[in-house]
Amino acid sequence: MNTIKQVWDWLEHRLELRDSLWPVMRHPVPAALAKPVGWWYVFGSMTLTFLMLQIVTGICLAMVYQPTAADAYASLEYLNYEAPFGWLMRGIHYWSATGMVVMLFVHMSQVFLMGAYKYPRELTWMVGVGLLLMTLGLAFSGQVLRYDGDSYWGVSVAVAAAGRVPWIGPSIVHFILGGEYIGSETLSRFFTLHVFILPGILFALLAVHLYLVVKRGISEPPTPGEPVDKATYHQQYEKLLEKGIPFFPHALYRDGVACAIGVLVVVALAVIVGPKGPGEIPDPTLIHAEPRPDWYFLPVFAMAALSPPSMEAFLMLGLPVIGVFALLAVPFVAGTGERSARRRPVAVLVVLVSFVTFMILGWYGATSPWSPEMQAWSNAPVPQNIVAELSPVELQGAIVFQNKCCRNCHALEGSGGHRGPDLTDVGIRMNPDAMVRQVVQGGGNMPAYAQQMNSAEVAALVAFLVKMRPEGFAPAAVPSASVEPLATAQVAP
Amino acid sequence: MKHATSNSNSTDEERRGLLKWTAILLGGLASAAAGIPIVGFLFGPLRKRDDQWTTAGKVDEFPVGKTRLVDLQNPLHSLGDGDAGKIAIYVRRADEATFQIFAINCTHLGCPVNWLADAGLFMCPCHGGVYYEDGSHASGPPPRGLYQYEHRLEKGDLLVKLGHLPTLQQPG
Repeated sequence: MNTIKQVWDWLEHRLELRDSLWPVMRHPVPAALAKPVGWWYVFGSMTLTFLMLQIVTGICLAMVYQPTAADAYASLEYLNYEAPFGWLMRGIHYWSATGMVVMLFVHMSQVFLMGAYKYPRELTWMVGVGLLLMTLGLAFSGQVLRYDGDSYWGVSVAVAAAGRVPWIGPSIVHFILGGEYIGSETLSRFFTLHVFILPGILFALLAVHLYLVVKRGISEPPTPGEPVDKATYHQQYEKLLEKGIPFFPHALYRDGVACAIGVLVVVALAVIVGPKGPGEIPDPTLIHAEPRPDWYFLPVFAMAALSPPSMEAFLMLGLPVIGVFALLAVPFVAGTGERSARRRPVAVLVVLVSFVTFMILGWYGATSPWSPEMQAWSNAPVPQNIVAELSPVELQGAIVFQNKCCRNCHALEGSGGHRGPDLTDVGIRMNPDAMVRQVVQGGGNMPAYAQQMNSAEVAALVAFLVKMRPEGFAPAAVPSASVEPLATAQVAP
Repeated sequence: MKHATSNSNSTDEERRGLLKWTAILLGGLASAAAGIPIVGFLFGPLRKRDDQWTTAGKVDEFPVGKTRLVDLQNPLHSLGDGDAGKIAIYVRRADEATFQIFAINCTHLGCPVNWLADAGLFMCPCHGGVYYEDGSHASGPPPRGLYQYEHRLEKGDLLVKLGHLPTLQQPG
């Protein structure tokens, strides 16, 4: 024991932790945090914990990963199947990244809803916005390092968007790619970005963020009717801290419990679900790829598909910049006043609308109903109950329907593409003349098939489509007649 | 440090002034000496290389009226590219002497478009862009038709000028 004490004293004499670190650990936080409301304050620590997990697993991965276009894919497979625990390192790195993004958004929403970003903690929020950008940058560059088909085409999509910047677009593309095309230089650049540049900036911002958290103190749980006033806040907060509790151990234990659960969930997911990918080989000649970004970018992916052409450049290039400035402006627009979410309906609405928008766009991105289903005709034959009662001409039409890949965009009885309407009951909506015109001329975001079908094929196709009309519905008399069953037209079976 | 001599103050200030300016000057010089090469290195890839003529195949390999996917080695490829150093193009032979060479990249956001011969359409799996067989825009979000590469026929060979990733401001 005596030796331990001697070593400790020797270290303490040099480090003087009792004077420096200990007061920081024991700095007072509002006493309310000792109550159950304290559980609302763990999300930042959880984000930080996941970041630390990212650093450690990232370092492990970097020992094996080969950041060259020629070898990256093989090194990922080596990690998955050969390196001891390599698959687990990849799994934890992926799921911890997911956890980090999730907890970051939860933390941000909580800080916003509890008005913790208000005076005097504006800068903490602004630095936090920087941390958000770095995290998303790391998420994207990490996806590129998982060098597979999705990764290759992900870069392609990113530079295609960047290439739309007026005037300097081509130079930006060149700079990002490190050359004329996606190759070895490109992957090296993203590797450097992912392991040096972005983490470097992130650590610097994080140091400021944590410094501010300690210096400006943790905000007290908001009470309705107690607005933040610059003139009196400091005094009130000082008074509050006089009855405060030390950060260590009270608040830290709660953080510890939440973080431990977070880590256990991440490791469990990594063990059960395993690492993500790599998928298809990143080879530009394998054109049958159907690239999808990682889940955090699905809303952006969806927006690119759904935005009207006139707004496209703005939504791709302008909106993200405006979004970042809006976030930075938040503490200046509403930096004082009520903190409680109960008295801030606009703030609550903003959070709700944002989350609902992201979720709807994300769902659209995941299902992408706007995309043709490339293998629809070979994967899903025309339902047998439809084919069973067809005349030879109508059967011919069904074949035309399959062969001309109509199924890629149109479903029959729900199966097939969802880019266009389901055609099972098109006979109710359109008369044969209108169908012929639609097939031949296209329109309404459908290509014209005039060049691809002769008149006999068109006639057979339309006969097939007309025949599919469900019983009990009248045929459409005029183009685009309303979809209403006519009771008088009911036919006895 | 204080000296007893009467003029010590002014010499001291002179020395300090000299030291200050030397530090600023030398510091600036050192920053430039280290910084210029670093910035130059970082922005080095902005120097562009031109596309190169490369042989896509014999003219006879392309049947009239058909569109074929051709896999090539990117003429600009370098060591360490692996499969990424390859490039794919669509070659359409409209008639005996008329060729069209399309990039596989969708003009919307660069995803690989698929040629569906039966339907006579190019379809993009990402955001649903569709093009006709002559590369013109059929439906979906793409702002223009498919990118086309320059080409010429020489001694029975089809030569195509390519290399860079085509984008809206730098098409084929």
